[in-house]
Amino acid sequence: MNDNNINAQPDREELNSGMKKENINRISGYSNTKATLALAKASFRSIIRSPSAVVFTLAFPLIFILVFGFLGGGGTHIDIGISPGSDLKNPVIVMLEKTGMIRLVKDKSKKDFAKLLEKGNVDAMIDVHRKVNSVAYSVNVVYTSASMDKGNILKSVLNNLFYDKNLKPSIAEIKESTIHGREYKTIDFILPGQLGFSLLSTGVFGTAFVFLSLRQTLVIKRFFATPVKRSSIVIGEGIARIGFALIGALFIIVLGNLFFGFTLVHGAITVVNMLVLATLGVIVFMGFGFIISGIAKNESMVPPISNIVTLPQFLLSGTFFSIEAFPKWLQPISRALPLTYLNDAMRKVAFEGLNLWDVKFQIMILVIWGIGIYAVAVKVFKWE
Amino acid sequence: METKKAIISVKNLVKKYDDFVAVQDLSFDVYENEIFGLLGPNGAGKTTTLEIIETLRAKTSGEIIVDGFSVDKQAHEIKQIIGVQLQAAGYYPNLNLIELIELFAGLYGANIKPMEMLEKVNLQDKAKAKYKALSGGQKQRFSIATTLINQPKIIFLDEPTTGLDPQARRNLWDLITEIRSNGTTVVITTHYMDEAEQLCDRVAFVERGQIIALDTPDNLIDKLVSSGFERKKEVKKANLEDVFINLTGKEWRE
Repeated sequence: MNDNNINAQPDREELNSGMKKENINRISGYSNTKATLALAKASFRSIIRSPSAVVFTLAFPLIFILVFGFLGGGGTHIDIGISPGSDLKNPVIVMLEKTGMIRLVKDKSKKDFAKLLEKGNVDAMIDVHRKVNSVAYSVNVVYTSASMDKGNILKSVLNNLFYDKNLKPSIAEIKESTIHGREYKTIDFILPGQLGFSLLSTGVFGTAFVFLSLRQTLVIKRFFATPVKRSSIVIGEGIARIGFALIGALFIIVLGNLFFGFTLVHGAITVVNMLVLATLGVIVFMGFGFIISGIAKNESMVPPISNIVTLPQFLLSGTFFSIEAFPKWLQPISRALPLTYLNDAMRKVAFEGLNLWDVKFQIMILVIWGIGIYAVAVKVFKWE
Repeated sequence: METKKAIISVKNLVKKYDDFVAVQDLSFDVYENEIFGLLGPNGAGKTTTLEIIETLRAKTSGEIIVDGFSVDKQAHEIKQIIGVQLQAAGYYPNLNLIELIELFAGLYGANIKPMEMLEKVNLQDKAKAKYKALSGGQKQRFSIATTLINQPKIIFLDEPTTGLDPQARRNLWDLITEIRSNGTTVVITTHYMDEAEQLCDRVAFVERGQIIALDTPDNLIDKLVSSGFERKKEVKKANLEDVFINLTGKEWRE
């Protein structure tokens, strides 16, 4: 170091000539795009070097996927579809209704049931009718390979019924068959939920922290002393954050697919659709981050406020459990949260193979949330 | 400075915050290619005045022209021809010096080689270091490097030497003089009068939002002396800082 300083004198000449040359080459046109991209690049570099961003976006979701991937689903219940035209008063159905873990699904057409059965959304279908010229009933059960484990439980339940002393005289036969469906694994439920959570935390925490700290350390003020536009700062930051979130999402999806057999019905197209949904999700969630960076007075206020936004969604938006598992009074709250719709859309796209147009309702709800959040963000966001 | 063409012209500048008047009826010109010092105690309105000229803060009333551009309507044009060093400004986290310079090059739309910018302020050895890891003097030199990226006509330095040791301070003086000799006008605030005396062609004393004196350091001192002022202690040919520099050497300790 010292040597450089002593030698500073000769450098002066170079400095002089260098500056004059550059003055001639002064650039007159100013490019907002260039400024935005420079910010996006800087922000992206900063994000990938920030441990908390990497932990929240990648490590947490992966740990949850690992834990739940190996844990398997708890709280089993069996959904049984009742064939239209079945006699509902018959003793078999009455008996099934009394069995705690069995839920009966009625009032659906045969076509609907066939779809549900294939996806494993119902675990079996049952058709009960009185045999011709007999007091006994004939029970026809269709299982699905999409949910064979639950089918097997049902099988034993039915066998018990068949040998039940009280019922035996009235049941003549049980016919069983299995249709081929897609296997719905725990990972197919858990992964989209974790992906949604990852997008939520990177959008909310990341954005809130970055803008608060840029504001407090006067980085933004220094930016304002350059010709850069405010929109460039927001868009540049957004591009970086979305880019990072998408890389994280891709990583989670690919890892889930390779190691846990996460179902991607249409392969790469499904992945692209999921990434489109992820982009929409991050944009909406970043809105929360902008709001929080505006209302938080200092960095220690960011986590509590962020948790108010993320925790309820983490718990109630079907990240770990299906919303149907919640008590009835809680379900409307779940159905009001944006993450619920992102998770829902992700699962439909990934496992059921729907395209983006098929999940337009979920997308619409997210867009409405986005409009609302950004309307608030514009009001409370602070630059200085 | 022989050229007396004003590059910055401030007329009747007023800045009010609710009831508090930070700047009241301030007028001055900064000439092309001079080093102009704004001096005064904390809270006198120096930084506020600078930030209004830099288009970072809105004024209450008055007129400011920077190189022919009005701060009211041509803030964007002004930003392209000035370089700004803020008091205590931070830089984007997790980036090294080269990456920060690249970022600012993008923000200014300037085509520069980051390494050359660092060489201008003698930080080429710290190219891969983070801003946070720099010493006080290095931080200030880096800040000055970011003000030079767009080859500005004017740079504003807000207390660039506060907190630096004598060696780093002197080194920064050299750098500032160098920048001026390349044709850049420099506006600087400082609390050190020896610094202002050494560095500035003209200084303005700001007190309670008003300019109470504006002249060359020499003229101001002569005026005071001719009014009959005398120092209590006989002035010696050296001061304690000269002793410090003489004992510890001129080299930087960074």
